[in-house]
Amino acid sequence: MDFSEFAGTVATSIDDFTTYLSAHFGLVFDSISTVILGIQQPLATLMTSAPALLIITTVMVGGVLLGRLSLAILSGCGLAFIFVMNLWAPAMVTLSLVLTAAVVALAIGIPIGILIAESKRLNAVAEPILDFMQTMPPFVLLVPAVFFFGVGTVPGIVATIFFAMPLPIRLTAHGLKMVEPEMVEAGEAFGASRLAVLFLIKLPLAFRSIMAGVNQCVMMSLSMVIIASMIGAGGLGDEIIRSISRLQVGRGVEAGLAVVVLAILIDRITRRISEKVDPTA
Amino acid sequence: MSTRKPAIEIKALYKIYGGNPKVKLDRLRSGACGPDKGSGFVALNNINMTIETGKIFVVMGLSGSGKSTLLRCINRLIDPTAGQIVVNGQDVTIAGKKELRQIRSSMIGMVFQHFALLPHMSVIDNVAFGLRVAGVGRKERRERAGKALELVGLSGWDNRKPSNLSGGMRQRVGLARALVMDTPVLLMDEPFSALDPLIREEMQQELLRLQSTLNKTIVFVTHDPNEAAMIGDRIAILLKGEVVQEGQPIDIVLSPASDYVRDFVRGIDVFKVLSAGQVMDAVCPPMELANKPISEWTKHLSKDFVKLAPDDLIAPYLDELAKEQRALIVVQNDGTPVGTVTPKSVLRALAAHSSLSGSTPKMEKPKAADTTRANAAAERATQ
Ligand SMILES: Nc1ncnc2c1ncn2[C@@H]1O[C@H](COP(=O)(O)OP(=O)(O)O)[C@@H](O)[C@H]1O
Ligand SMILES: [Mg+2]
Repeated sequence: MDFSEFAGTVATSIDDFTTYLSAHFGLVFDSISTVILGIQQPLATLMTSAPALLIITTVMVGGVLLGRLSLAILSGCGLAFIFVMNLWAPAMVTLSLVLTAAVVALAIGIPIGILIAESKRLNAVAEPILDFMQTMPPFVLLVPAVFFFGVGTVPGIVATIFFAMPLPIRLTAHGLKMVEPEMVEAGEAFGASRLAVLFLIKLPLAFRSIMAGVNQCVMMSLSMVIIASMIGAGGLGDEIIRSISRLQVGRGVEAGLAVVVLAILIDRITRRISEKVDPTA
Repeated sequence: MSTRKPAIEIKALYKIYGGNPKVKLDRLRSGACGPDKGSGFVALNNINMTIETGKIFVVMGLSGSGKSTLLRCINRLIDPTAGQIVVNGQDVTIAGKKELRQIRSSMIGMVFQHFALLPHMSVIDNVAFGLRVAGVGRKERRERAGKALELVGLSGWDNRKPSNLSGGMRQRVGLARALVMDTPVLLMDEPFSALDPLIREEMQQELLRLQSTLNKTIVFVTHDPNEAAMIGDRIAILLKGEVVQEGQPIDIVLSPASDYVRDFVRGIDVFKVLSAGQVMDAVCPPMELANKPISEWTKHLSKDFVKLAPDDLIAPYLDELAKEQRALIVVQNDGTPVGTVTPKSVLRALAAHSSLSGSTPKMEKPKAADTTRANAAAERATQ
């Protein structure tokens, strides 16, 4: 049997639907683009135009301030490697994409996580949606992103935001739900309102879980941003795709290593920051 | 505040977990079904109690008998299914959210079994927590929290984290956190159960010491009969959500209402509750001396005497009693003698408490070893 005609009809109707959406909700997509580019563009400009040495030094000083000399040395070596491999500019673009996507994902995800933890009804609504988002293979996320935003930086970041958001939502909600009932009782028994309990007791006690979500969000953003090069997000992923298509194995490995370096640095630095500011420590 | 008005009155209080509470409640009230029938768990079943101002009221019972539920109904951490609780004239069961917060911060303090200190706050911030959410300014709350810490003997520990403190010290912080609010009522849910025995006794003494000056109305939950006897002015014993007996410690110890209560109070060191008034022999004084002042009395006594008030514990005088050199005379506040304490009268009171009383064991000849030991003791005594 041949279902190609049926498949074609479905595809056409989806096309029609997206066309309808872009026609009637164009303003929404435009404003999303504006916000995202408004964060990413200046960030990318700043990071690529600043002297590499300045950035490396800043990160190293940051490592020392965080109380880890090893972290400072690791960052220095890692960033120097990227610079020496002549991958500095694409690496900085990648970082700007990661930071933009992660910041937006967290800015939306953490409040949603809080709402879910506080309301059983919202939790019931959000649970299947989160399940769906988490089962989506990252590659597939690129399709709707391209539908609504075409190709380029914005759809790449949008896809990344969707990919990186479920985990911080889950971990925020989990952390809040795991706070011992006795702690909440103690707050309530002394006359604390619901908001006071949330901000003075639950959020500080859920800090570790929330920060684990932050860390995961940034890490997942990095992996997604690389994949999003397929739709023209730019950065190190471009280098990788280009070297693959030209069969330049060496160049591909260099770019791949640069991604690994970024991943390690981002992971260590976010972890160390969360250790450092942990109120429950 | 008038002292004779009860601080807390609980009327027909029910709490049903799960199921359909309203339906179950109706059946329970009408007697159509017992608490164990059908869905829904009856944690509190028609509780009625009156708690006097300035007294320590102990709620005792096995784990799962509903003690914590009862306590949490008083400050509405748990909403009762039905019934009324009046605290200092205010019905807490009908209070709205805002009113409830007001009641909690101004009328009812609480101390938790596992301390429930906030690990991310310093000791002083923990103590000042209630003041903070009540909107008291930083300077004033620090000052008051500092004073509360001083009261519980923890001044100088202000800026430590709770994790740096021992169990006993943590519960002192828990106590300070409740005391700083200056509430007339204090709820304590097994506050010393998590502590080592020695520290526990120290804390019990500390609580009694504080209470002697603060005169709060304390509802104290425990599963430890000795603790209950030691600090309670009154004790209520809970079984499956029902009060099976309520009264002064000595009443419960000497006349337990059921086997459950008897099992419970068996562990109580009876001398911790036995007072002179309870063990004295009222018949003993010669008839002609009854209702005469003690000066009249003592003239007729052949030996020296010790004067006791009816409320005095008998334990410190046991030695005196054994020596039989001085008479123990119980004298009322107004100076009227009301009885004497004799070895026989003490034994009689103890017999009432003993779980073995009633079934007199068969007379047995002492075993050989016992006899020799008894003889040796007798010899030593005569020397
Ligand atoms: N939230 C709840 N839901 C269902 N059952 C509960 C709940 N809280 C307590 N219970 C049950 O109510 C009974 C009394 O609990 P509790 O008041 O904590 O007893 P206690 O403090 O005397 O050990 C227990 O059997 C417990 O399982
Ligand atoms: Mg309990």
